[in-house]
Amino acid sequence: MAGFDFDVVIIGSGPGGYVAAIRASQLGLKAAVIERDRVGGVCLNVGCIPSKALIHQAELFRSIPGLEAMGIAVDKRGFDYGKVFEKSRKAADTLSKGVQFLLKKNKVELIAGEAILSGANEMTLKTGRKVTGRAIIVATGSRPSEIPGFPFDEQRVLSSTGALMLEKLPRKILILGAGAIGVEFSHIMASFGVQVHLVEMLDRILPLEDAESAQVLARSFQKRGIAISTGTKAVSMQKGPSSVSIVLEDKAGARTTVEADQILVVVGRTPNTDSIGLEKVGIATEKGFIPVGDFYRTKVPSIYAIGDVVATPLLAHVASKEGEIAVEHIAGRSPEPRLDPLSIPSAVYCEPQIASFGLPEWKAAEKGLAFAKASFPYRGAGKSVAIEQTEGFVKVLYDPKTKEILGAHIVGADATELIHELLLARSAELLPSDVASMMHAHPTLSEAVMEVMRAVEGWAIHA
Amino acid sequence: MAEKVLMIALSPTMETGTVVRWRKKEGDQVKSGDVICEVETDKATMDYEASAEGTLLKIVLAEGGQAKVGDLIAVLGSPGEDISGLLGAPEQAPKPSVTGPAAAAKTAIVPPPSPPPIGGRLRSSPLARKLAEDRGIDLRSITGSGPDGRIVKRDVEAPSGDEVVPVSGMRKIIAKRLSESMFSAPHYYLTVSVAADELLGIRAKLNAGREKKVSLNAILFALAGRALARHPRVNSAWNGETIVRRGSADIGLAVALPDGLVTPVVRDCGRKGILAIDSELADLVERARAGKLAPAEYAGAGFTISNLGSFGIDEFTAIINPPGSAILAVGAARKQPVVETGPEGDRIVARTRMAITLSCDHRVIDGAVGAAFLRDLADMLENPALGLA
Repeated sequence: MAGFDFDVVIIGSGPGGYVAAIRASQLGLKAAVIERDRVGGVCLNVGCIPSKALIHQAELFRSIPGLEAMGIAVDKRGFDYGKVFEKSRKAADTLSKGVQFLLKKNKVELIAGEAILSGANEMTLKTGRKVTGRAIIVATGSRPSEIPGFPFDEQRVLSSTGALMLEKLPRKILILGAGAIGVEFSHIMASFGVQVHLVEMLDRILPLEDAESAQVLARSFQKRGIAISTGTKAVSMQKGPSSVSIVLEDKAGARTTVEADQILVVVGRTPNTDSIGLEKVGIATEKGFIPVGDFYRTKVPSIYAIGDVVATPLLAHVASKEGEIAVEHIAGRSPEPRLDPLSIPSAVYCEPQIASFGLPEWKAAEKGLAFAKASFPYRGAGKSVAIEQTEGFVKVLYDPKTKEILGAHIVGADATELIHELLLARSAELLPSDVASMMHAHPTLSEAVMEVMRAVEGWAIHA
Repeated sequence: MAEKVLMIALSPTMETGTVVRWRKKEGDQVKSGDVICEVETDKATMDYEASAEGTLLKIVLAEGGQAKVGDLIAVLGSPGEDISGLLGAPEQAPKPSVTGPAAAAKTAIVPPPSPPPIGGRLRSSPLARKLAEDRGIDLRSITGSGPDGRIVKRDVEAPSGDEVVPVSGMRKIIAKRLSESMFSAPHYYLTVSVAADELLGIRAKLNAGREKKVSLNAILFALAGRALARHPRVNSAWNGETIVRRGSADIGLAVALPDGLVTPVVRDCGRKGILAIDSELADLVERARAGKLAPAEYAGAGFTISNLGSFGIDEFTAIINPPGSAILAVGAARKQPVVETGPEGDRIVARTRMAITLSCDHRVIDGAVGAAFLRDLADMLENPALGLA
């Protein structure tokens, strides 16, 4: 039984892989991470982190009218998007180095190279080197999905990776796909003055989020001049020397042609499971995802899979949590076998932000679940008026009999931070009265959270 | 030179083991072959014999502790030797102490003991308290399964009176193997009611003057062994592309254990006498009940006998025990009204009868084949001399 190079070998150093590696080390396991590209994976390098850096820069840019209202003349002619781009790369590089440091500090061996599975306990690198482990965790992540007829060239047809690496902004851009990534890019581009046309095949933007929250965002986008076409799909495109023309078709079958400098396709992500040797160990994928059971173990007992290669929500914190569970199991502990899907926070970082967990109303209704809801508008919390951010609301869904918190949806400033108080209440099985009776500092936006819980109890003060 | 003592796989299916008792203490001398501790596995409790020599310098895994195969459980060496390099990081340290390019994987993962439930406000979640109140349930009657033994919603929702029992290693294996057998082998069942007088008579004769009585099962094993020798298709195993016809009749006996069952095997029953089989069975059953069987002693039965007669069961159908393709279920011997044809015609008399039911895997044993075997066996049970012929 002795003779494995490591207790656990992890393929991929994204939020799934590197968190699993550090946790493994904390639990006394000897761990290695194999990474073929930049440490930190998509999230740190061409995903979550650079996009949030760009959004922050966009917010700074959007504060110009506020400065002008103070009598400061702002000369925008010197605006250089290249500098904005540099800041996003700086954030990505800092964090990537940070992860490398954390891995080193925790004595995790980082192996640079591309590896494929060559046995239940073995990976083989392109160099021929073999690495063996008592357990293996596949954390190879995902890549942007392509639509047939719209292949990525990262010049006219961009993926999210290409969009994050732009050093110059287009005048006009067509964005296909109005999920979280599509709306965030719409927000960034529009903030810097790009003409944005957002196209979504389903009936509304953010089709998987709470309908009322998405409505608030859609109205805000429309006020900013972002064109939105829902129930519309892209049929074909024609690339010109410096522009691209796209044929769109609506639900009725009517077609229109639109011109843009570039088109950004953000309709989904495809798991990286096609060339990692899964067939060598007898693992068959389902729609590209690796089937896993409790503790994120595959049918091969020594191989686990986490993150975007598994059919759970494609979110960084989901990958991290799955990595923690897998590693605790490998270390002989008994963690909860799977993460609770109703306790996964989701966050959309445009302005206003949207954050949520649990079931959206439409899903609860679809499942025939009895629920009650309470809502409190941001403008009811004094802070929102003081900072001129009164758009939005806090909504909570709860069991009408027991008042168990079933879900929460927040749209408004700092929603992605505020959501955690409600998420904690759910995971610790607190009741609305616990949140309602706790003192919240005044003036904060969190008071809206306290008030919505008071509304559940029937005694909201500032409604 | 100090040496690590690792948890080894004491059975083919073993993944973890629990040290139930250390037979040596720190400072004791250990010779190769000495039993240093007793380890409980998925199947039984087994003696762990040291393969090295030396003084037991340190016990790493305490009694009651569980470790995965390959984990460090103790260190042997010379008295006074520095073994800090072999011990690795203690369980609760945030940083591992591995230095240098050690080739062997890190060992010694001991799961933390379950924390005692804490008192105070968080002994139960507010939601659990509310649910308990709504349903009129006393929280003191509930054991919590949440963090630190906290009572949470799911504990209150489990209907009262129910006990949630973790599934033991043995139960998992029984569940897995018998489900696989049931769902992959197409079972069919043949029942025969045999006249048991001759059988019981043979046993009485054998036991006359014997202090240690021969069991009925030993006689069944001997006769079944001879019947299997005459019907090799029944003593066969399904292998997908091939069927293996066993060369000897290795018969297993289903033995009930406190929380499960095990089937110790008597090899070559076709050529062994009743007394030899009986003494082997007695030893195997005793050790089976004490959890002291070696893996080789309960694996590989080509045929199995399950006898629920002592439980007063009239007849039953059993699930085929892999790798065999048939199993014989034996019911109780009972007096029953039987029709006998005599010179004056038919009359009803009381006779002692026993129902035996053969389950067969139709992939290997067709109906006529199974029936021929069972009829032959039934004839031998009714007239044991046929077993010698």
